[in-house]
Amino acid sequence: MNGSTIIFYLLAALTLGCGMVAVTTRQIFRAAIFLLFSLIGIAGIYFWLDYEFIAAVQVVVYVGGIVVLIIFSIFLTHQAGEQLPKQSLRRKLLSVLASVCGFLLTIIQVWKYSFTKSAGTPVEPSVGNIGRRLLSANADGYALPFEVISMLLLAAMVGCIVIAMKSPTAVVSKENKAQPEMVTIDQKEQKILVEEEIGEV
Amino acid sequence: MPNVIILVLIPFLPLASFLILGLFGKSIFRNTSGLAGTLSLFVSFLLSIYTSFGYFFEYGKANGIYQKLVPLKLSWLEFSNGLSIDMGIILDPISVMMIMVVTFISLMVHIYSLTYMKGEERFSTYYSYLSLFTFSMLGLVLSSNIFQIYIFWELVGVSSFLLIGFYYNKPSAVAASKKAFIVTRFADLGFLIGILVLSFYSGTLDFNTLIQRLTSPGSGELKTAVTTSFLGISALNWGLALVFMGGAGKSALFPLHIWLPDAMEGPTPVSALIHAATMVVAGVYLVARLFPVLALSAPEVLELITLVGVITALIAALIACTQTDIKRVLAYSTMSQIGFMMFALGVSGYGGSNGIGFTASMFHLFTHALFKALLFLGAGSVIHYVHSNEMKDMGGLKKHLPITHITFLIACLAIAGVPPFSGFFSKEGILLAAYEHNPAVFWLALATSGLTAYYMFRLYFRIFWYKASQQHKHHGEGGFAMMLPLILLAVGAAVAGFIPFGRFVSSDGSLLTLPFHWLFSIAPVTLGLLGIFSAMVLFKKENGKADQISSFMSRVYKLVYHKFYVDEIYLFITRKVLFSMVGRPAAWIDRNIIDGLVNLSGATTKAVSERIKVIQSGKVQHYGLYFLFGVIGLGVLLIYVIKF
Amino acid sequence: MQPGIYHLLLISTALFFIGVYGFFTRRNLITMLMSIELILNSVNINFIAFNKYLWANKLDGVLFTIFIMAIAAAEAAVAIAIIINLYRSRQSIDVKHAEELKW
Repeated sequence: MNGSTIIFYLLAALTLGCGMVAVTTRQIFRAAIFLLFSLIGIAGIYFWLDYEFIAAVQVVVYVGGIVVLIIFSIFLTHQAGEQLPKQSLRRKLLSVLASVCGFLLTIIQVWKYSFTKSAGTPVEPSVGNIGRRLLSANADGYALPFEVISMLLLAAMVGCIVIAMKSPTAVVSKENKAQPEMVTIDQKEQKILVEEEIGEV
Repeated sequence: MPNVIILVLIPFLPLASFLILGLFGKSIFRNTSGLAGTLSLFVSFLLSIYTSFGYFFEYGKANGIYQKLVPLKLSWLEFSNGLSIDMGIILDPISVMMIMVVTFISLMVHIYSLTYMKGEERFSTYYSYLSLFTFSMLGLVLSSNIFQIYIFWELVGVSSFLLIGFYYNKPSAVAASKKAFIVTRFADLGFLIGILVLSFYSGTLDFNTLIQRLTSPGSGELKTAVTTSFLGISALNWGLALVFMGGAGKSALFPLHIWLPDAMEGPTPVSALIHAATMVVAGVYLVARLFPVLALSAPEVLELITLVGVITALIAALIACTQTDIKRVLAYSTMSQIGFMMFALGVSGYGGSNGIGFTASMFHLFTHALFKALLFLGAGSVIHYVHSNEMKDMGGLKKHLPITHITFLIACLAIAGVPPFSGFFSKEGILLAAYEHNPAVFWLALATSGLTAYYMFRLYFRIFWYKASQQHKHHGEGGFAMMLPLILLAVGAAVAGFIPFGRFVSSDGSLLTLPFHWLFSIAPVTLGLLGIFSAMVLFKKENGKADQISSFMSRVYKLVYHKFYVDEIYLFITRKVLFSMVGRPAAWIDRNIIDGLVNLSGATTKAVSERIKVIQSGKVQHYGLYFLFGVIGLGVLLIYVIKF
Repeated sequence: MQPGIYHLLLISTALFFIGVYGFFTRRNLITMLMSIELILNSVNINFIAFNKYLWANKLDGVLFTIFIMAIAAAEAAVAIAIIINLYRSRQSIDVKHAEELKW
């Protein structure tokens, strides 16, 4: 067992352990922080797999965007130190049963399946290669999905503004509460687009 | 050949005016809706003059016989190869004559209503209804097949319903419109069944084909229709009698006449248009349309028509003598005259000089439309002046209403059959046909025509003479728009008799000259004059003679005054017999058994859904759990059980 | 043992069902959203693993991962907007108070 393997197991343990705590802790802020670490663990796995670009995107989008967004919304909707309500034991048992059954079923199938590797020359998952694939308009290019995604992001932006916009009858004092997450959304979307444009260069 | 576009425009101009006035009448045409409706109808009238001129003088004849042209035929509903419902236009002498009559009378009524209905709250609605009626009536007379005629028949019924109930905040008008609708609907049920029977046995709905198949002696259709019998009467006779039942309902023949007098609750111009001149003759028109079949293949039904016609004519004339509401008098007189037209058809034969009755009937339809519309419009003018329908409020009006007086007198002379006014000629033809065919009918008709003269002049003297002229001069006689139709119709009623009608309309399309014997005319004319004279004696001056006579035979008078208690018989049958014998048990079954079943199924559904609605908790996590378990279960099933 | 595709798939499956468990047991909408993020991430790991070990000559897995991230971002933003709106109208983001679907 060499160092690389040890690092992999450590990363795996970090990801799964933090994920586990994130879904079980009754402190919501703590849950968000453990989610953050779990996502960082995933980014580490990407690094370990030599997919640096994906790892970087993972950190920027999830850690820098979504988790921050979630923390903001926690601030907006929770009192500090508030504990999350308990779920009934029956529900917990049912959920455990469902999850374990599903997990076993999937894992058994995965284990029984023997994957065959394709015999092509490996492509370097570099930023340049990814950018060229992403933006080329030829047969195996992803220019069309790229544009569709940009439309989706625009629609999501407009949708967020419309949904979170105060209705005229709402109390005025909540005006400033609605502001922050909209700004975040804008920033995050721009970030993603900027990342992808960087990839092209 | 006729221009199809012009033909289509004749009924569709009123339809367009109905739609436009009905939709925008209250906003855009608030003040001009009357003019708009009148104008569209005027164009329609000019087009029908053009058409009839073309038909009678240019393309209608082939070898001296008027043809039944079908210039337009659209397949509308195609059920199977041989059976389809078409929409078409038929042109033959009677339909061309009818579009002339309908558009002319309707135009007169439109013009007349400009003043008469002025200031009415629902003025534009009134005109849109008039347009709808005109459209349906034109569609009816131009229909080339029996199903199409049924559609327009019902449309006519609806527009009549709307117009009778026009003053919808008056309970009696609402009741009258319902009565008219229900009675004619009841008759139309017979009509529909008759249509089905006829078309089943003839295998077609088209008039020309139907007539051709059911009159040619060797045809298979005729043979089956005659040999198949139900309750001892052949299918053909059943079909035709049921169709005639529809016609009798619309034409207010005894015993389906009870709606017509009540229908006088509608505005008076409407009574002139619908319940005097056009709609009520739809039944006559229908019988005339099927006349070849009746005359050649089903003389028994023709006998029935004769019987019903002559009874209606006599009874209506008797009732008319006793009524005091002037519109009701006119209504009963209409019934009586329609009875005349009907039995004239009944006593007619087919083809050549046998068809005098047919021609005379159509002739009478034509002249009657003119003078009866005139009578109603004149009555409208009187009512407009005195604001009452009752005779007791009238009398001595001849100074106040000079034009109405003169035109009304002309109409009365026409209907009484005094030469040389139009009614004389047509009635003469009818009596002659009756005389040649059936003496009993002739004598009854003769008596009726004497009565006609009596009750019309009773009305005339009662309105315009009777009392000394009174001083209730609120306003004048009504404007130019009301007088113009009166004058035009009066001219028509005076001279229409000189039209050589047989040269245009005859049973088989050939040219016919109505025979005319001076000697024969002596009896009806004398009788008519006698009627006029007795009315004059009784009603020219206010004297007690009329009351003495009525009290002298008070029982008879009462019987007649109450219209032979026909309404009461109907009430008894419907309320006592139908409601309690059929309605109550049916209602019980409906309430307890049918509703019970429905309630049971409802309760079952409710109970089941109460049980299973727990699953639909609205909790997204529950749904997710079910979903996941479902996926796992499906996965296990596919992988380990089925080994997919 | 040198980690291979099976290990990665094991991690992703475990993460997926951790997310599923969280989704079912949490009553707070924001924590439910977190669970969904975990589920999406497990899918990303799958794509990357297949790309790395089975289709090293291609880049489609990577590109799909990028698209999923973009969609996840959009989804999170919309979800949080909805949650904020819900909080505004009923002062609670408990899933118990958002069950109008049953009517």
